[in-house]
Amino acid sequence: MGRHDLNLLIGGEAGQGLVTIAMILTKALVRSGYFIVVTQSYQSRIRGGHNTFAIRISPAEIIASRAQVDLLVALNEETVRLHRPEMSDAALILVDERFAANHDQVLKVPFQEFATDRSVNVAYLGILTQLLGLDAGLVFQALEDYFGAKKPEVTAANEAVFNKAVQWAEEKHLPETVRLAPATDRRERLMLNGNEAIALGAIAAGVKFCAFYPMTPSTSIPLTLQAAADTMGLVVEQAEDEIAAINMAIGASYAGAPAMVATSGGGFALMVEGVSLAGMTETPVFIVVAQRPGPATGLPTRTEQGDLEFVLHAGHGEFPRAIFAPGTVEECFHLSRQALFLAEKYQTPIFLLTDQFLADSYRAVTPFDIYSLNSVAVGSDPAAVPRPYQRYALTATGISPRLLPGLSEHLVVCDSDEHTADGHITEDLSVRRQMVEKRLRKEGGLRQEVIPPAYVGHVSPDLLLVTWGSNRGAVLEAAATLKNRGQKVAVLCFSQVWPLVPEQFLDHLQGAREVVMVEGNALGQMARLIRRETGFEMKKHIRRYDGLPITPEYILQTLSS
Amino acid sequence: MLDVTIYGNYETAWCPGCGNFRILPAVKKALAESNLAPHQVTFISGIGQAAKAPHYLNANLFNGLHGRSLPVATGARLANHTQPVIVESGDGCNYGEGGNHFLAAIRRNVDLTLLVHNNQVYGLTKGQASPTSDEGFVTKAQPHGVAAAPFNPIAIAVALQANFVARAFAGLEDHLVAMIKQALAHPGFALVDILQPCVSFNKVNTFGWYKNRCYLLPDSYDPTDWAGAMVKAHEWGDKIPLGVIYKNNRLPFEAHFSCLQEVPLARQPVDKVKFQEFLGHFK
Repeated sequence: MGRHDLNLLIGGEAGQGLVTIAMILTKALVRSGYFIVVTQSYQSRIRGGHNTFAIRISPAEIIASRAQVDLLVALNEETVRLHRPEMSDAALILVDERFAANHDQVLKVPFQEFATDRSVNVAYLGILTQLLGLDAGLVFQALEDYFGAKKPEVTAANEAVFNKAVQWAEEKHLPETVRLAPATDRRERLMLNGNEAIALGAIAAGVKFCAFYPMTPSTSIPLTLQAAADTMGLVVEQAEDEIAAINMAIGASYAGAPAMVATSGGGFALMVEGVSLAGMTETPVFIVVAQRPGPATGLPTRTEQGDLEFVLHAGHGEFPRAIFAPGTVEECFHLSRQALFLAEKYQTPIFLLTDQFLADSYRAVTPFDIYSLNSVAVGSDPAAVPRPYQRYALTATGISPRLLPGLSEHLVVCDSDEHTADGHITEDLSVRRQMVEKRLRKEGGLRQEVIPPAYVGHVSPDLLLVTWGSNRGAVLEAAATLKNRGQKVAVLCFSQVWPLVPEQFLDHLQGAREVVMVEGNALGQMARLIRRETGFEMKKHIRRYDGLPITPEYILQTLSS
Repeated sequence: MLDVTIYGNYETAWCPGCGNFRILPAVKKALAESNLAPHQVTFISGIGQAAKAPHYLNANLFNGLHGRSLPVATGARLANHTQPVIVESGDGCNYGEGGNHFLAAIRRNVDLTLLVHNNQVYGLTKGQASPTSDEGFVTKAQPHGVAAAPFNPIAIAVALQANFVARAFAGLEDHLVAMIKQALAHPGFALVDILQPCVSFNKVNTFGWYKNRCYLLPDSYDPTDWAGAMVKAHEWGDKIPLGVIYKNNRLPFEAHFSCLQEVPLARQPVDKVKFQEFLGHFK
């Protein structure tokens, strides 16, 4: 039999090897055919503090994290104390016997008997292998792959510790309450978090240039690109500041390399002038904003959806843009790719809004069929443009042929000042009017390509839960629970939050008896935006702004209170 | 050598008598003598009267934001490392608003040529102090005189061991042409700081003021001697040296990337086989 839904939480101080245990276990789970949803919660420090890595595991597909814990792996006593309120009734705590944890279901392990402080991670994995009912050979292989090519004596030492822990667990006849039901769908999957998927989607689209200044929780995007840089021929440069980063990306894009930047709220604040520059010069650029709670430095390592209005309005002056907000790791890949296509086609900044929860949330992802995915064709055909070439030629769609400097005999002139069709500075006010209208005409095309919000559930529901971005899984799961209780419920989830096309969703809002907006901020920014664009006011809200992700339990509890 | 008329001749927005009128033909002449046809060179500029200069000749141009021309140029050069990139803007743009980018560009050593029209005053905003204004320089914004010490771009560039550091004067056209040509030919980051009178807002550092103080470095001067260059970089006031102050031969930034050796980045397709291989790391 075994568990079909298990939430395992590993907690301890930073620097205790918590992430090592968790990453190896997660890899082993994905390779074993399990579906996972990872929630990482960490403090803004290198050592100490209290960090957690939660892995929700199921042999069937799961889409949300869960707050209630079934198996607590406590690397210190504090973890037991802090997480006791989250424990389910039959929960098990795994601790080192040196810690006195008083709980009915405590498994005390004499880690000192088979491991040193340095190799204790390996011993934890051995115990967990037995507790969860995993294949020992497969877990050890995941461990070997994680540490990379090591000397034979290191492998032998790790193997000895691992086997001792497994053997101890076998002999002790451990409780079987947290043993997993066997995985039935063993097709190969990738272990990816949201940020890795964003980077991979960008590579699939043909991104060649990324400039960045490190900022949590966005940094793993450029680092994933950097890991691919030598293989794929990318230039990934750590800029002197975010202002430089976006201006470098704009320069690279002007010269023909699909370009992106990734940052978080404070870094994006510095980029804002560059956003406006891309809008005025009609330079394609892909901008990822991984949200964390603000204002200012806020909670650097926690999650929030507080920058929707900021990103929507960032940049002085008027110019078109599109903003994606992926709800799953797969969507991170596909919308990142789509963003680069739109940026090139409409020659304007295109955004992707993610957040710390999704950025760090590992999932088991079906491999992408990259051979069926084309990449961005950069620039227009130099042979097809009339002479003299005009970078900002007035067209019906507002889109002008974009040539690349140095790659033909045509001269490519771009200007941040208001400019004539050939790109030169002007103060001719009739030209100004034509150019404003030309730039804004591009929004017509962008609106035609808007991804409609997903509608799931009853056609005329008593309750419609509306959400956007990374809450998708939690809201869908909460809705499924309510449906099982006999309620007529539906979900409307936006993965593109700008432009909004009311014809795509207003009927759903008007057709439901009650509409509740679920979002990760205090002011209800998406609810305000929908009201502004449609006139429809959502009167009930579930909001979260304590730095933690919205879970199904959080939604159900708030609805019932 | 190309015919200088291919770069065109355009009406400008500059004040009559502006030092820019001396720099523009020198730039065209340097391009012609370097055999760079208009489509074979890309200018990146910022905001200010100097930053308008590339609008008045035929070439590729990205006229961006105040202070931000160096990062744009860095991106443009890395996207196409086969295309010469010239950054042209003023002292306020490069040394004030863009100061951090100036330091980073020298350290990065991307193959760029930076031409700074240095008139020691803000012209476009009508006469405030610039980072290079001398101490005591009186303006409406600094009525008691500038209290901050002037920014010495030559000394900073030499201190950071930039690949090419030169000073020229708008009033000595042949020398200016020679400095621009050498800067274009020198691999890595090259700075030409061009002293230039502002006839409208700088009544101190006039054409005559510079003419009486500037002198050409003798042939005996060794620009590869860093310690000597540091001393020379601090010479200012009664005597102002012109010429190549310092030369270095650090490998340009581009040389560190295997993908920047042949075809421009902008022309490289996505290698699907290699991408599939990379995805294997996530299994």
